Amino acid sequence: MVSDFILRAALAGIGVALVAAPLGCFVVWRRMAYFGDTMAHSALLGAAAAIAFDIDATLGVFIVSVMVALALLALERRGGLATDTLLGLLSHSALAVGLVVMGFMTGLRLDLFGYLFGDILAVGTNDLILIWGGGAVILAVLLCIWRPLLAATVAPDVAAAEGMNPARQRLIFMLLLAGVIAIAMKIVGILLITALLIIPAAAARRLAHTPESMAMIAAGIGALAVAGGLGAAVAADTPAGPTIVVAALVLFLIGLIPWPGKAADHG
Amino acid sequence: MPRTARAIAPDTAPGTPGGVLFRAMGIGVKRGGDWLIKGVDLTLNPGEIVTLIGPNGSGKSTTAKVVLGLMRPDAGKIERAAALRVGYVPQRLAIDDTLPFTVRRLMTMTGPADDDAIARALSRAGVGHLIDAAVQRLSGGEFQRALMARAILRRPDLLVLDEPVQGVDFAGEVALYELIRDIRDELGCGILLISHDLHFVMAETDRVLCLNHHVCCAGTPQSVAADPEYRRLFGPRAVEALAVYQHHHDHAHGPDGEVIPLASRDPAAHSHGDGAVCRLDHEHEHDHGHHGSGHDADDIHPIDPASATDGQ
Repeated sequence: MVSDFILRAALAGIGVALVAAPLGCFVVWRRMAYFGDTMAHSALLGAAAAIAFDIDATLGVFIVSVMVALALLALERRGGLATDTLLGLLSHSALAVGLVVMGFMTGLRLDLFGYLFGDILAVGTNDLILIWGGGAVILAVLLCIWRPLLAATVAPDVAAAEGMNPARQRLIFMLLLAGVIAIAMKIVGILLITALLIIPAAAARRLAHTPESMAMIAAGIGALAVAGGLGAAVAADTPAGPTIVVAALVLFLIGLIPWPGKAADHG
Repeated sequence: MPRTARAIAPDTAPGTPGGVLFRAMGIGVKRGGDWLIKGVDLTLNPGEIVTLIGPNGSGKSTTAKVVLGLMRPDAGKIERAAALRVGYVPQRLAIDDTLPFTVRRLMTMTGPADDDAIARALSRAGVGHLIDAAVQRLSGGEFQRALMARAILRRPDLLVLDEPVQGVDFAGEVALYELIRDIRDELGCGILLISHDLHFVMAETDRVLCLNHHVCCAGTPQSVAADPEYRRLFGPRAVEALAVYQHHHDHAHGPDGEVIPLASRDPAAHSHGDGAVCRLDHEHEHDHGHHGSGHDADDIHPIDPASATDGQ
């Protein structure tokens, strides 16, 4: 018999994985893995700010992630420093500032470990509503902008010349990414969110022939990783968030094994 | 005051039903205090092929980006025909290997199209067999052809091609230019072509604009080939086959492309009012008066009558 909290955890984790994997495909295609990481690292600051201003933690994380992303775009436009330098600067500064701000909040007993690595077994019904409701909105928006976002990913100049608006697609994509980070923080924690975005996408690559199939296969792999990781964590009494990421890694590695007869398909 | 180079006025172009596609007037783009381009005038009519030539970093791509609306000019202005349908063929696309993206998907990248039309357009461009190939695996020539198939499918009014023959071998180069000409003939679109190479473009092109941060010279291929500015940029060997006439410019360029007026460097030189404009093709040899303001018939002389046999 599966206990309620495990069922809630599985539903929450699968919900996040189904949303994170398609967005993660774009993160991989656009080579924005470190960008996603930077936004995720700022989530701790968002959570701290949410406590300080007494607003919902998810909202706080969303707002701060968006602000960090916009700061990066502004710094990029200003020029002078390479993008990876800016990302490293913002990523670790946001994490450090978040930790320092958390340190000031002596009156509260904060579960720092939970923020960093997730606390999927503590998911409540409200969290589930937020994950599935928010996730549905994120996926709906992604579906609406699929073609222009893909065009902006493949050839931003061509898309712009032919009347599309790649800058707007990029901004919407960043908002969606911030949304995923906000709902995924509780599941795998801010340090591991990027793994949930990019590992299923990377694992799906060899199995997919179109962008759409890659997104769907990635979602399936993500869901499988959550189920497998959660089961393993319960059985072996390991931390759930990291175990989910390990499960995703295992699926990725299985995908690397050259199967007989497969080489012909992908020649 | 810096002189403004001018392109040939549109009234010298072939018949222009439907009006001009775009008209750029004195456009300049400034980056970090330097003018990448300055005072560039450029007009394109339907059915016309205009080729931009110039050394690396001379502002060819910048000019094209302003025309495409990808860059806003810091000076001058550009007017584009209402509801102008634009096709753009870049040199290459940086598509990550992790993205499964076939030629078929490339065709529907910015809008849907039915399978028959896609197959027809690809065959027309000679790459029908590559419909399911990954875009990342195409050679330079195949990629250009796939993008031109996209253009055929989209039926643009204005097609901008950025060095389409770069990295393509000689035979492929000729074939690509034939395809470009056919696209122009079939769609009646105006084509703006960026090129390093004058020789092959000349055969099909109506006008050439030689850029070096400003318009050095402009006109028919023959006239530009004969222009000393062009010779200075590309060396005398580039024009051996096509040099017809020479005339003298009233300016030279500093190392940064800055215009330096020449005060009678050579007493025999015929410095004229608008040295950046040259229209030296054979047909107009005896009839320069109709070019209108700023030009008079004495501006242009064949330096060496023996060379006036026209390289064709």
